Amino acid sequence: MSFGAPAPESQQPDGFVFSAENLKRAKQIIARYPSGRQQSALLPLLDLAQRQNENWLPRAAMDYVAELLEIPPIRAYEVASFYTMFNKAPVGRHFIQVCTTTPCWLCGSADVLKAVKDETGLAPGGMADDGSLSVIEVECLGACVNAPMVQVNDDYYEDLSYDRMVSLIRALKAGEAPKVGSQTGRKGSQALSGPTSLLDPALAVGAPAKPKASRPKAEAKSAEKAEPEKAEADKVEAEKVEPEKADPAKVEAENAESEKLEAPDGETAKGRATAKTKPRPPSTKDKD
Amino acid sequence: MLADKDRIFTNLYGWQGWDLAPARARGVWNDTKKLVAMGRDAIVEEVKTSGLRGRGGAGFPTGLKWSFMPKEPDPKRPSYLVINADESEPGTCKDREILRFDPHRLIEGALVSSFALGAHACYIYIRGEFYNEASNVQKAIDEAYDAGLLGKNAAGSGWDFDLYLHRGAGAYICGEETALLESLEGKKGQPRNKPPFPAGAGLYGCPTTVNNVETIAVVPEILRRGGNWFAGFGRPKNSGTKLFCISGHVEQPCDVEEELGIPMKELIERHAGGVRGGWDNLLAVLPGGSSTPILPRTQCESVLMDFDSLREAKSALGTGGLIVMDKSTDVIYAIARLSHFYMHESCGQCTPCREGTGWLWRVMQRMVKGNARVEEIDMLLEVTKEIEGHTICAHGDASAWPIQGLIRHFRPEMEKRIRAYRDAAHRDAAE
Repeated sequence: MSFGAPAPESQQPDGFVFSAENLKRAKQIIARYPSGRQQSALLPLLDLAQRQNENWLPRAAMDYVAELLEIPPIRAYEVASFYTMFNKAPVGRHFIQVCTTTPCWLCGSADVLKAVKDETGLAPGGMADDGSLSVIEVECLGACVNAPMVQVNDDYYEDLSYDRMVSLIRALKAGEAPKVGSQTGRKGSQALSGPTSLLDPALAVGAPAKPKASRPKAEAKSAEKAEPEKAEADKVEAEKVEPEKADPAKVEAENAESEKLEAPDGETAKGRATAKTKPRPPSTKDKD
Repeated sequence: MLADKDRIFTNLYGWQGWDLAPARARGVWNDTKKLVAMGRDAIVEEVKTSGLRGRGGAGFPTGLKWSFMPKEPDPKRPSYLVINADESEPGTCKDREILRFDPHRLIEGALVSSFALGAHACYIYIRGEFYNEASNVQKAIDEAYDAGLLGKNAAGSGWDFDLYLHRGAGAYICGEETALLESLEGKKGQPRNKPPFPAGAGLYGCPTTVNNVETIAVVPEILRRGGNWFAGFGRPKNSGTKLFCISGHVEQPCDVEEELGIPMKELIERHAGGVRGGWDNLLAVLPGGSSTPILPRTQCESVLMDFDSLREAKSALGTGGLIVMDKSTDVIYAIARLSHFYMHESCGQCTPCREGTGWLWRVMQRMVKGNARVEEIDMLLEVTKEIEGHTICAHGDASAWPIQGLIRHFRPEMEKRIRAYRDAAHRDAAE
């Protein structure tokens, strides 16, 4: 359960309305649920409101969303106070969430917290005077194999140490965009020294997998091999996206880049084009 | 060791692209139409044959769960499949790899499984913090719609099927299936009383099956290669392959897909580079996420990573997330920190859990220092028994088990600390 106190009256804005674009998106989100079940859209819409409002959710936004969904305001208040990702008070532009649950603690999350303290002067719960940074301690973020880790706005930074956390904060302060994911350069959750599985040449790094040997013959058609390349070519034509590279580093870069393209909410095939050009609003949460 | 040709998650580490073309090259969406053409009963039978048990922690047989769904469609009460991607159990990070690197495998599984359940709509409930993962899944869903793999006559199967992604907002409890349904309905994530079970009255009061991401993602491959292929791995009633996450004090923390029933020692040594400082430096392991009772080294020597072997060891397979601790670990703090986690994540609905988890955390803080009496260890154990089994959902149990495991195996350590604290206090008083 969330423990964050709401912002004082002096900080609460008088009103809140969705931007035209977000209103359109809100309607797309509501359409995902059966008619009469529009309350299901409450969490996504509160998230959208928070993104529009510099990462925190004023009471006016809860009222607005409740009205939009035709539900009593208390339904929005109770949900906003139950879920930790809704910030009821302003947070820093870089909202640093340090995981300290047991798997991260075993791997040195205390060092990460110390790095934050030494570099920013902030203890968990603190916010820089200029509003550039705020820090909280959170519970497990589900990247335990890459512990210790922090989440900054929407992005995970993994395999940290004291020094790596210091570098990360310096990069954020300098307005750079540090590389998201593992800070030791390992790929995903494989062993740092190299994978111990998926070594079959057919599955080799960067190469498209071949149909599996054990699959019944009828399914391992030769046409299947040609198909992906064709699809790949079509995709290049249609979307002007770079084709799959054999070079893993490039694949990785491409993955990282494409992961950034758009927000996951409410995209239909049509909505995608607009979402790509739109800068991604940061998301935040407050677990303590 | 499991051969690469028998691994289902061939893009576990993300070396290949996550989008449609590379997914197809990996064999995903390969003749999905034919899988659906098997028919509802045949699919459920094949899943039963495979021995697949839920991969989210409880290990309930998937085929059996599916057979609880109504056979005849009721237009007023449509059936739903809900996929639980609210992966939040400390020590667990397997579904995340599927969501970000292989979302099409999940989407294909959603189609085939929904057909087997008679569901025309499916929701994927993903934890809110997984923003980039959700982004990949949403784009994969859009791609699948564009390619005719979802929507009307999905993948040419003749089955109309819609798939929606729903993001949570940071609540561990929403991994509990009925809390998840509440959350999906736009409410606080507070678990419902069972019965009625979701198969009778779930999402919007309609028949619903809730399955874990990994469970759904392996279904198409089981159907393609046959239930007997999957059942050929591991021991009877503990069959198949499984994603394991090995974190903590190992040389090479990693995720890996292995055969169920692999000895824990082999899993750690072969894939995670062994325990930091060698096997003899091992103190204990939480074998399946934070909720599963701790096992000391002596048990880790011989235990197999499957449901029954770990149950015999008075622990559980859980999610398959191993948290390894070497001898440098303050094991009492390691468990106390979990008590804080369970306190933080209690939904507040049932008194034993709401009040009990906070009490456990406060007493455990004293145990960490040794500022307690030896008899209080017994009281602590008794209180965990009072919480266990007295709450609507298993959160109360999950908060009790780690402490019960600690007392079972590390009671001498706890007593030693209490004596050391007392001795130090006496010394200070004497000086």
